[in-house]
Amino acid sequence: MHEVSLLESALELARAEATRQGARRIHRLTLRIGAMAGVVPEALSFAFEVVTQGTLAEGATLEVIDVPLQCVCELCAHAFSPPVYPCECPRCGHPRARVAQGRELELASLEVS
Amino acid sequence: MCTKCGCSTGSTAQQQASGAAVAHHDAHPHHEHPHHHHEADERRVLEVHQSLLAKNEHQAWHNRERFQQKKIRVFNVLSSPGAGKTALLERTLADLGGTQRIGVIVGDLATDNDARRLRRPGVQVVQVSTGTVCHLEAAMVARACEQLDLNALDLLFIENVGNLVCPAAYDLGEEQRVVLLSVTEGEDKPLKYPTIFHNADVVLISKSDLASAVEFARATALANIHRMAPRARILEVSARTGAGLTAWYDLLTPRAVHV
Repeated sequence: MHEVSLLESALELARAEATRQGARRIHRLTLRIGAMAGVVPEALSFAFEVVTQGTLAEGATLEVIDVPLQCVCELCAHAFSPPVYPCECPRCGHPRARVAQGRELELASLEVS
Repeated sequence: MCTKCGCSTGSTAQQQASGAAVAHHDAHPHHEHPHHHHEADERRVLEVHQSLLAKNEHQAWHNRERFQQKKIRVFNVLSSPGAGKTALLERTLADLGGTQRIGVIVGDLATDNDARRLRRPGVQVVQVSTGTVCHLEAAMVARACEQLDLNALDLLFIENVGNLVCPAAYDLGEEQRVVLLSVTEGEDKPLKYPTIFHNADVVLISKSDLASAVEFARATALANIHRMAPRARILEVSARTGAGLTAWYDLLTPRAVHV
């Protein structure tokens, strides 16, 4: 369960940005989480309440945008979206592909006042 | 972009970074932002787009640079609990300790049992107790390195916390990621834990001496690993009998001569 560590990082980034922009409260944190990031969204929601307690994000909403896996075949450049690894090209069968997206662990935006 | 070290960490992480290793960032000029006045309840959206792992990746970048400067080959060793990480390292230390100067950083939630198993003359061992944290982070490795004489090391093993999920996301600054899959765990582990196998440079099938006893489906296991980790080197080893270890040692010390 490294979701707590990740949310602590998110909150750290959020607080720094909110403070820098002169905000006093954080109402919403929006995260982008890749399908292969190794994170359980339910565990994030569970940890969020604990991590935000007593901070300027207390009571805030956690929004998670799921980013699907997207691969590009190294051989024929076909782009495809398997639900999970492996990234085997459905067109030419090549086993190696570049992962174009799906590993994101990102604080996308904040809603503040 | 950090102009000092070239890493891609944003300014937020730099300003929050602490500790001697990143102290140079204090010299960065602080950006002035114009402050607009808003009504107390006026809500607005701030675009951030920063990686939650930015701070770790920044530290990992510094670790890697340091290891390269000191010409130390660093291996991040990962597996589920009980797959044989410590036994493999014990045997490796016994076989290579005479020709290589070796260090081990051992991560565990609690106890220093593994570190005691690995401690022997001529080997530098540091135990990192992570408490409730299920993985090692780059900053923990940097702190552990303060207890090591890096000038007297050829190889450094980082034995991660036994866990196939959480450590996958954390770059420690290693040269190679080694993932162990023991024959007693079952052939479908690579399918169940795709992320950690996908990012492996080396996959070791461990406890190969037990393969027939547990009716290990070798061909299926190899096929599953190939599918998940098409770039990884796959070796079958037994720390007990020594089978397959020559290939493992060749990988650790390509230019060294060992018995």
